[in-house]
Amino acid sequence: MPSRDPIAEPWGSRTPYGPGRRWPARVDLHLAEGVGPEDVDRWVPSASILHSNGDALDIAVKDGRIVGVRGRGEDRVNRGRLGPKDLYGWQANHSPDRLTRPLVRRGGKLVETDWDTAMGLVVERSRRLLDEQGASALGFYTSGQLFLEEYLTLAAIAHGAIGTNHLDGNTRLCTATAATALKASFGCDGQPGSYGDIDHADVIALYGHNMAETQTVLWSRVLDRLAGPNPPRLLCVDPRPTPVAAHSAVHLAPRPGTNVALMNAIQHELIRTGRVDHAYVRDHTVGYGELVRVTDDYPPERAAEICGLPAERIREAAALLGGAERLLSTVLQGFYQSNQATAAAVQVNNVHLLRGMLGRPGAGVLQMNGQPTAQNTRECGADGDLTGFRNWNNDAHISDLAAAWNLDPMRIPHYAPPTHAMQIMRYAEKGSIRFLWISATNPAVSLPELRRIRETLARRELFLVVQDVFMTETAELADVVLPAATWGEKTGTFTNSDRTVHLSEKAVEPPGEARTDLDIFLDYARRMNFRDADGRPFPQWHDPVSAFEAWKRVSAGRPCDYSGLTYDRLRDTGGIQWPCDAEHPDGTERLYTDGRFWARPEECESYGRDLVTGAPKEEAEYRAANPEGLAMLKAVEYVPPHEGPDGEYPFTLITGRTLYHFHTRTKTGRAPELRRAAPEVWVEVSAADALEAGVHEGDPVEVRSRRGVVRARARVGGIRPGVLFVPFHYGYWDTDAADPDGERDRAANELSATDWDPVSKQPLFKTAAVRLRRVGAGDGRPSPAPTTTASAPLDAEVAATRGRPDTLEEPDGGGTR
Amino acid sequence: MRIGVALRELHRSESAMAVELLRVADRHPEEPEIRHVARDLAEWSREHVREIEGIAPRYGTDLSGPEHPEPSEEGERELPGEDSDADLALLADLKRLYRLGGGVALDWDLLGQGAQIIADSDLLAVTERCHPRSVRRMHWARGMLKAVSPQILVG
Repeated sequence: MPSRDPIAEPWGSRTPYGPGRRWPARVDLHLAEGVGPEDVDRWVPSASILHSNGDALDIAVKDGRIVGVRGRGEDRVNRGRLGPKDLYGWQANHSPDRLTRPLVRRGGKLVETDWDTAMGLVVERSRRLLDEQGASALGFYTSGQLFLEEYLTLAAIAHGAIGTNHLDGNTRLCTATAATALKASFGCDGQPGSYGDIDHADVIALYGHNMAETQTVLWSRVLDRLAGPNPPRLLCVDPRPTPVAAHSAVHLAPRPGTNVALMNAIQHELIRTGRVDHAYVRDHTVGYGELVRVTDDYPPERAAEICGLPAERIREAAALLGGAERLLSTVLQGFYQSNQATAAAVQVNNVHLLRGMLGRPGAGVLQMNGQPTAQNTRECGADGDLTGFRNWNNDAHISDLAAAWNLDPMRIPHYAPPTHAMQIMRYAEKGSIRFLWISATNPAVSLPELRRIRETLARRELFLVVQDVFMTETAELADVVLPAATWGEKTGTFTNSDRTVHLSEKAVEPPGEARTDLDIFLDYARRMNFRDADGRPFPQWHDPVSAFEAWKRVSAGRPCDYSGLTYDRLRDTGGIQWPCDAEHPDGTERLYTDGRFWARPEECESYGRDLVTGAPKEEAEYRAANPEGLAMLKAVEYVPPHEGPDGEYPFTLITGRTLYHFHTRTKTGRAPELRRAAPEVWVEVSAADALEAGVHEGDPVEVRSRRGVVRARARVGGIRPGVLFVPFHYGYWDTDAADPDGERDRAANELSATDWDPVSKQPLFKTAAVRLRRVGAGDGRPSPAPTTTASAPLDAEVAATRGRPDTLEEPDGGGTR
Repeated sequence: MRIGVALRELHRSESAMAVELLRVADRHPEEPEIRHVARDLAEWSREHVREIEGIAPRYGTDLSGPEHPEPSEEGERELPGEDSDADLALLADLKRLYRLGGGVALDWDLLGQGAQIIADSDLLAVTERCHPRSVRRMHWARGMLKAVSPQILVG
């Protein structure tokens, strides 16, 4: 039987298959040392919450504790496979430093207290600010890791009960551009394609999407196609030598911030060479004439100059896309967190519209999510949208939502787009938001320009409530800390990037006095005595099931219709894709199969925004441009990045993930195998730049921007010259800098600029200008960067990243190496 | 033919617009969206100025004038208290940009009408490139004003 080290072989053994065939199952399992499958008391259905793939798994429970996980072989998403974070991440639940009691700040220090005291303070401050200033004084910043029922409740409280416009999720950092791009092209959010399109595609294009590290199981699916008969050919757009790039027919490594110029040139070539499905464009789209006019200015030679690429490679990329019969495209942070984020992502949708590549097996777009439950923040309206994909600018949608909640429509703010996360922070900085409630996210590490964020969150005038499972860098700045239960300790549903809904059931009790996020939000609502129009307590629901039923009612008739789902069905069947209603009782694998879109002026989620200025468009403008609700081809000119390299700061910094960690390592940093695989921050530098700077593998270096500094050891790798990479996961909770006087030089976001895409409001983490300095000679140790992924060294002498013997697993499913 | 008059007025108003956008960008360094987008839009104005300079010789137009034209309304206070209150100054700046932008968009409208009547396809092409941007720029100022004003008015 083959054995697997999931750290050294993150994608596991191959199960090759051909086009149109079913992806074979391979059931991965990891149990704590000394526990065998026969010892497990119960297997509790759930899915992964450490990335957006939504891998279905069962939680193994023994003696009231989680002792491991096993992939669900029958589930449509992963067919039993689990990635390293799935296999090991659950151990964080047991970590001895879990928050178990509420804390309040007394005399400058956080001290333990009881729930009544902590919630009493939160309620007292809320009431006082509502009296003094009104709803605009209160803001909420949530996560991409809660469950649907919890986001719905938070949205109902913030938008409905309090009436504040200031509610967003950290999905703003990872997926806001995906949502905005889908709305811009198709009128509504919601992934057109399906993970199942990998089974059928003959060309797969990955734009700024290092799938091998962000969605390891999805990448296994691609690898299995590549190992089978008639494999697809890949296009990769990424300045780093990712595993995706290594398997690509064409790899483009453009200068950061130039994606729109590249996409315009690709479309220029598609149009010039006649690779356009004119019947599809005529029947199902608007905007073709303008697209032809704008892209005419971007011949490959011009883009080549802007992007720093050979024009011939751009032509090859266009030929690959133009020759595809079943084209699947995926997009992630290389586009979403870069200059002109939405504009670039929309151009990928354009390619599919131009080529009629939507709504059939293998022809799909996956505008990806980064956070596991990002889709739910969007659906529920906890991230700057309104509940049920409703349009804040459409009074009928507001009335409809108010009716569903039994509230006066005037209580739901819709005078402007919901306030986005960076603007919430700005209002807090300026002092007009005086109460900020942060749940399950860690802005003190994850937002740009950390010095500014720390100062804002630490302001005495700001009452900061932090609800989390650990004492994060953010919680340390709070006035009240609320201990939350997490995955495995509560019941609810969540939805992955391809609209697959999973049920996750409570397997064990939370530690100490920790409570579920749903309970905490509902407790707040009851203590605040929120009421609906009939004087009943609002929200009207009281537990996960009643919240899910409320969601079914408020989503019915909208694109994200869950009305055909129940907990029982999800428990029995596993993942089901929305919309799932009377018409589609088994869910819906692909949207827009009939070339019809949710884009009619009456039904669309947004009237769109200008792709350069970000200005929201009004109904009349939308109605005039798209009266029949067709898909929208949107043309846009290239605009250079706001901060580029110069003599003083000659490099462009891009930040990103590693395969072994998630978010700010709150959980993955507490799983020993994951911690060992990528223990420390590093700096990736190209061989040419390393030579010029006199930097060798493992040398301590300093990266400095106009805003801060990061010190780490250098990894000399295959990144594009002129570009440096620093992973963004590392903060301070496990360093000396955790004490107030410690130096802050480890988090990548010390360097990043406060700048965002004007359209999606997603912060730009991939355009900071920085300089590199060798601090001294290394001690012979290589940098701690993993060797298995995009951070692989050029120098072959670096020991390979591998698990210890305790991470060797015996898969019980089939599959060959 | 008075096309030259329209060109000269546009040259002045687009130049002034670029100056004003940069001034607003510099006045609000802590508001990233204002700062960055205003600079991007100033670059549009500079491109429009170059377009005008490219086509003006055909109409024998003299584009000499003040090197750094000031917007005609420069210095006028828009809202009481804006001198000492950065938020009120921001509202006033956005209002001013909207009105200036409206004026420039109208100038492009006029020039486009002129280009139609004399059937100068090159001039028409210039107006078709620049006029939509002038409208988008105006919409930006209004959109920002609508987005930031509620919090400023109650905060």
